[in-house]
Amino acid sequence: MMNPSTAMAKAKSSTNAGSLKGQLRRAERMKRLKYGALILPLVVFLLLTFVWPIAALLERSIENPEIVDAFPATSALLRSWDGRSLPDDSVFAAFADEAGRIKGTPLFASAAKRLNMELPGFRTLMMRTARALPVEAGTSARTALVAADERWDEPSTWQYLARNASRYTARYLLASVDRKYDDRGEIVRAGDDEAIYVAVFRRTFGMSAIVTVCCLLLGFPLAYLMATQPTKIANVLLIFVLLPFWTSILVRVAAWIVLLQSEGLVNQALMHLGITAHPLQLVFNSTGVYIAMVHILLPFMILPLYSVMKGISPTYMRAALSLGCPPFRSFWRVYFPQALPGVGAGCLLVFILCMGYYITPALLGGPKEQMASYFVAFYTNQTINWGMAAALSAILFVATLLLYMIYSRLVGHQDLAATAR
Amino acid sequence: MSSSDSPTNETPHVTFRKVQKTYDGENLIVSDLNLDIRRGEFLTLLGPSGSGKTTCLMMLAGFETPTGGEIMLGGEVINRVPPHKRNIGMVFQNYALFPHMSVRENLRFPLSVRKLSIAEIDSKVARAMDMVQLGAYGDRYPQQLSGGQQQRIALARALVFDPQLVLMDEPLGALDKQLREHMQLEIKHIQQELGITVVFVTHDQSEALTMSDRIAVFDRGVIQQIADPATLYEKPANNFVANFIGENNVLEGMVESVDGDYCQVRLDNGARLLASVGNPVHAGARTVLSVRPESVQLNIQSLGCVNRLGGYVKEIIYLGDHLRVRVELSGRKEIIVKAPAAQHKHRFDTGDAIHVGIIPEQLRALNPVIGA
Repeated sequence: MMNPSTAMAKAKSSTNAGSLKGQLRRAERMKRLKYGALILPLVVFLLLTFVWPIAALLERSIENPEIVDAFPATSALLRSWDGRSLPDDSVFAAFADEAGRIKGTPLFASAAKRLNMELPGFRTLMMRTARALPVEAGTSARTALVAADERWDEPSTWQYLARNASRYTARYLLASVDRKYDDRGEIVRAGDDEAIYVAVFRRTFGMSAIVTVCCLLLGFPLAYLMATQPTKIANVLLIFVLLPFWTSILVRVAAWIVLLQSEGLVNQALMHLGITAHPLQLVFNSTGVYIAMVHILLPFMILPLYSVMKGISPTYMRAALSLGCPPFRSFWRVYFPQALPGVGAGCLLVFILCMGYYITPALLGGPKEQMASYFVAFYTNQTINWGMAAALSAILFVATLLLYMIYSRLVGHQDLAATAR
Repeated sequence: MSSSDSPTNETPHVTFRKVQKTYDGENLIVSDLNLDIRRGEFLTLLGPSGSGKTTCLMMLAGFETPTGGEIMLGGEVINRVPPHKRNIGMVFQNYALFPHMSVRENLRFPLSVRKLSIAEIDSKVARAMDMVQLGAYGDRYPQQLSGGQQQRIALARALVFDPQLVLMDEPLGALDKQLREHMQLEIKHIQQELGITVVFVTHDQSEALTMSDRIAVFDRGVIQQIADPATLYEKPANNFVANFIGENNVLEGMVESVDGDYCQVRLDNGARLLASVGNPVHAGARTVLSVRPESVQLNIQSLGCVNRLGGYVKEIIYLGDHLRVRVELSGRKEIIVKAPAAQHKHRFDTGDAIHVGIIPEQLRALNPVIGA
């Protein structure tokens, strides 16, 4: 039974609840605005330099504006074309009209280049056609075009235009996984001469995995040592771990070339010690890439491991031993599970960095060691094929996101279970 | 320092023989430690930090190796036995419950390591959890428990594999006062019920007095005195023990004559007092006289005392059941007196002249050097 005074207090508090909540919101809003204002410059900076470029690049991987921009009316007509018989005269007329108007402009040139990517020789076709334009009065557009180049009389020529008549295409993404549209617009496996990217990605992931495992095997004992040593010694070790960070990556890669080449220090030492009679091929192959990548990425493994391990009290191991568990088993059952977030973070970091590595394999590897990023650079710098570059990047980006999600599921979840509050 | 208790025929559960430990090769953390721990006793290692008590515990657990001497468990030397083969239960200061395992998994751990059958493990775990009254908490994780509950689980884990010897390294240090006092009794009861030997490390003397059968007082790597709580308090073996256990007033002076168990001492301020002999003293030697605050009588109560001194009341603090009175004797020497509040309230005020009296039995002449 509720006595009258508590009943009244309750009623009063419930009428006040709305205004109390409002007050809280107002108080919090001020605080949030203040914090928001403080981080605003950073947010803007990140938006401009990080989020926006990535979004723009991702858009490039599906963007296909050249034909639509150059021939908007023709594109609109071609979109309703059945694709089998020759398009009707209105299409010819629209194309002749638009091509005649923009010939000689960059718009026309980029459309020609774009079509040439689909079918080598298309640029010549376009240039030849341009010369015959505009159509003289009295002749039909069809006659004029076919007179300029008889390939306009074939439906397949128009199909190339039609296929690119929409602003967005999955073509680049498909090409990144060795798929393409066939003449009927269906997705098929690319021919052997084009199908290289699956192998490239497989190599990228494989090499990243090997480098990650090597880093873990080498880094774990050192991180453990650092975590169990007195602070003074741990700090000295930490400086040695960080030392490579203070040198440019290019210098380090160059140093590895000097060290590992046929007449390099390593080979001389090996031969001097009688371990090998002839110099070993240590550079410009996978060995060189692995050595340098592991060396460069090792700190990224050690630091997260160390930071997690430092938080694990040595008492846990002692407790496990005192409970009768032999040392190695204690380590495996009590220490290692607690170090797992560090292992996950380190592996993830190294693997992701590895996937995007460009300079080290480019300088130290042979053609067989080039990873996905090499092709990104190739398409960006040499063929100026933004679509392919963006599509390959997008695949790397998605792979990274997936890995991160798996990591946060596995480690994050376990972490949560252990520290559930 | 020999034990004041009568020896038993039974072989000690644990024996330290001339054990030494140094970390840097220069300073001995533990020097020449001899200690017998009886089967089934609750022994506390008490001392200030850095006195070597924890090092002793760690050597017994096997986490530190003695640099000299030997440690015996049940008559066998265990210096070279690794910790996981010693079968000694241990409760750590911060509990050391494995955070990635639930309470039940924590308790199963020592049993699964010993390859017991599932049924046996389950029954032992259930029994241990009931013993610490946390039977319903098996599926929780340590972080979801309060400090006191974690402490109990740690205790249960140290006991679940039925060790005969359990070591505790300041296990109650992180608990608040009320819970700590409750846990002291609970641990003591469990120890008595199971009949196990417990070696308990603490720097809290009231904790030691509450729980222990015997207390070994450590200072600078040496056991200053090992005795039951009453002996330790009433007959401290030296100045350090007198100061470390309970409150103590110290009066410095010179021994004038010794007569059996009593000696005549002239204080530095000129007063002559009759004291009982704590450490062997001889005429002409410097000595410190030790008296507990509650053993000093005031005014009327001091009339029957052999030793009477005059002084002034400098401060009175009212503490409910008793008064703490700061009295200045001649020569600017101050002593603290604990007087029952009922008898003395309003009888004197700050600045009043006062008489203090001490009977010789409660005034002990000790060696002035700390650490005999």
